[in-house]
Amino acid sequence: MILILAKILVPFLIIFNIIPVLIWLERKGSAYIQDRRGPNRASLFGVIRLGGMIHSLADVIKLLMKEDIMPARVNKFFYVLAPFTAMTVACMTFAVIPFAAPMVWEGVNFSFQAADLNAGILYILAISSLGVFGIMLAGWSSNNKYTLLGGLRSSAQMISYEIVMSLAIISVLMMGGSLELSKVVEDQSVNLLHWNFVRQPVACLLFTVAMFAETNRLPFDLPEGESEIVAGYHLEYSSMKFALFFMAEYANMIIASAVISSLFFGGWQIPFASTDFLRAHAGEVLKILLVVLAIGHLCAGLGLVKRGRKNIKAKKWGDRGDYEALILGMGALGGAFLLAGISAYIWPLIFTAKASLIITAVLQVGCFLTKVLFFCWVFIWVRWTLPRFRYDQLMKLGWKYMMPVSIINIFATGAVMLVK
Amino acid sequence: MIGLQHYLIVSAILFAIGMAGLILRRNILVIFMSIELLLNATNLSFIAFSRFRGDMGGQVASFFVIAVAAAEAAVGLAIVIAIFRNRGTVKINELDLMKN
Amino acid sequence: MESILFYIFGGLTVATALGVVFFRNPISSAASLVLSFFGIAALYAMLNAHFLAVIQVLVYAGAIMVLFIFVIMLLNLQADELHEKPFPKIYLLLTGLVLLAFLFAFAQLFQSAQWIFPPISESFGSIKAVGRLLFTEYLVPFEYSSILLLVAVIAGVVLAKKEL
Repeated sequence: MILILAKILVPFLIIFNIIPVLIWLERKGSAYIQDRRGPNRASLFGVIRLGGMIHSLADVIKLLMKEDIMPARVNKFFYVLAPFTAMTVACMTFAVIPFAAPMVWEGVNFSFQAADLNAGILYILAISSLGVFGIMLAGWSSNNKYTLLGGLRSSAQMISYEIVMSLAIISVLMMGGSLELSKVVEDQSVNLLHWNFVRQPVACLLFTVAMFAETNRLPFDLPEGESEIVAGYHLEYSSMKFALFFMAEYANMIIASAVISSLFFGGWQIPFASTDFLRAHAGEVLKILLVVLAIGHLCAGLGLVKRGRKNIKAKKWGDRGDYEALILGMGALGGAFLLAGISAYIWPLIFTAKASLIITAVLQVGCFLTKVLFFCWVFIWVRWTLPRFRYDQLMKLGWKYMMPVSIINIFATGAVMLVK
Repeated sequence: MIGLQHYLIVSAILFAIGMAGLILRRNILVIFMSIELLLNATNLSFIAFSRFRGDMGGQVASFFVIAVAAAEAAVGLAIVIAIFRNRGTVKINELDLMKN
Repeated sequence: MESILFYIFGGLTVATALGVVFFRNPISSAASLVLSFFGIAALYAMLNAHFLAVIQVLVYAGAIMVLFIFVIMLLNLQADELHEKPFPKIYLLLTGLVLLAFLFAFAQLFQSAQWIFPPISESFGSIKAVGRLLFTEYLVPFEYSSILLLVAVIAGVVLAKKEL
């Protein structure tokens, strides 16, 4: 019972904690793409700026403290329900995504999924279909013609691209032979040429583009990009409810990245190290990793201390922010000594079988999260690179071009499988 | 212990509620929603019996009912939109062109 | 444990079904119906029909109800009154009493043990079993339903167009 609660709570907490990182990544990343610096002023105690990450904390405080406006004559129940629906549905999808290979702990099978459903991928499609509700109810209940139109357009876009999503997944399923997401990930063994983006490149491209449309990200940004021109479906929302929509968009992005990386890029598989290899040699792998991390901390620490002393001497910014690099550098040096000490001390302790299971699981979860963050970066990168589609261009692309291509892809996959 | 009778009673209650909605409401869309309730009540019956007899045919029949309900909802709602465009109302007692 | 879950989900389904009939605002009816479908999907999952539970959420709650809400928003329907003449409340009371009498009769009738569910194999209700049946024994209805869906798509597009 406790285990099930932990398995539900941990993915939810992971999403909740990646969202501020994504907000920071979006603002800094977009800034550097647009050849400017991005936010770097908010600070803790005047010293810690962390390159702008403190702005996410400032955002949270600002959104909590803003006045919560409820416009006149809105349908109160649905007005309040819509952002909660959007956020809940976004977090529900994480139940079926595998974080690491299943392990046998003291004779009990422990899978790193909250629910190993028989119809895993169908569950993800079903929950994405429910994501349309939050947007439609938000657009309708705001008692505003423009939000209604924005909500209707957005929901039409989302249901059109759900079809492309499902058809793209079918060709992946034909190769994998099972709907369970854990089997699809295991089927893509550590051989890089077996990963589904090599075996099904067209389906990968179609699915990624469909996910961009599902999460309402640029270039399919019309429902919320309109807020820069006229209105979007979350125009009439303020403070915490708007924050929930905002977070729901980033949560949808994280889930889209997680599903893309599980289906096409091998999920938790580390490219050249299979699960058995890792479990057999866990000790050496961990020791090498700790030593590399210690050396990295040492170099970073020395560099930061040198930069910090230069900043203080040259009075680069003139306020207490000059001391930041020095403090972070000394922290990194301390971390280097700590890691070196750990790698020397716990060396005899890591040869047990249980510890190697844990180490393998941690490494695979780390690999999975790296892939998820990489795809989130791709989402952000594309947002600031491509211009926005017009609504009729968007619908034409979904129905007239992508759907026939996905059906032809299914036929081609079937033909190839028949011949082999 | 939950047996077959529990699920059948729930199915009967849902069917009765669907019939009540079909008869009592005047808005065409709510009548459509009551029809969906009727279909779901029968689906629940199918699946309860399929589990009781260990026969998968009930689930396949349910699958087809869902597919047919989707098709019917699509065509029915298209007709409702066409009617609204021509008559301006969706209350069934105002759509009485064929009355004598 | 199972009986608690059954009563919770069964109660949710029946309560929200009542909400469909008795809410005045059509969007509230539609949202109520979505919750009802969730309750029914949960009942399917308790009856070991896992594939059908997910299909219920995907098709009914995710697609058909989206279509309903779409049309309600498009036509911009407002809340309407339930009846024009005042409804004699005595009819409701009598109907309720008759229904309760029926329910008690059924409950007494069905107390025997032969209505307990037999144990079932692990793959009952999995997508593999349903798929196997769909492609062997029920192939003809499967193909017919695909033609039916194609006709429905074309009909939907043609009927809702502004000019042909």
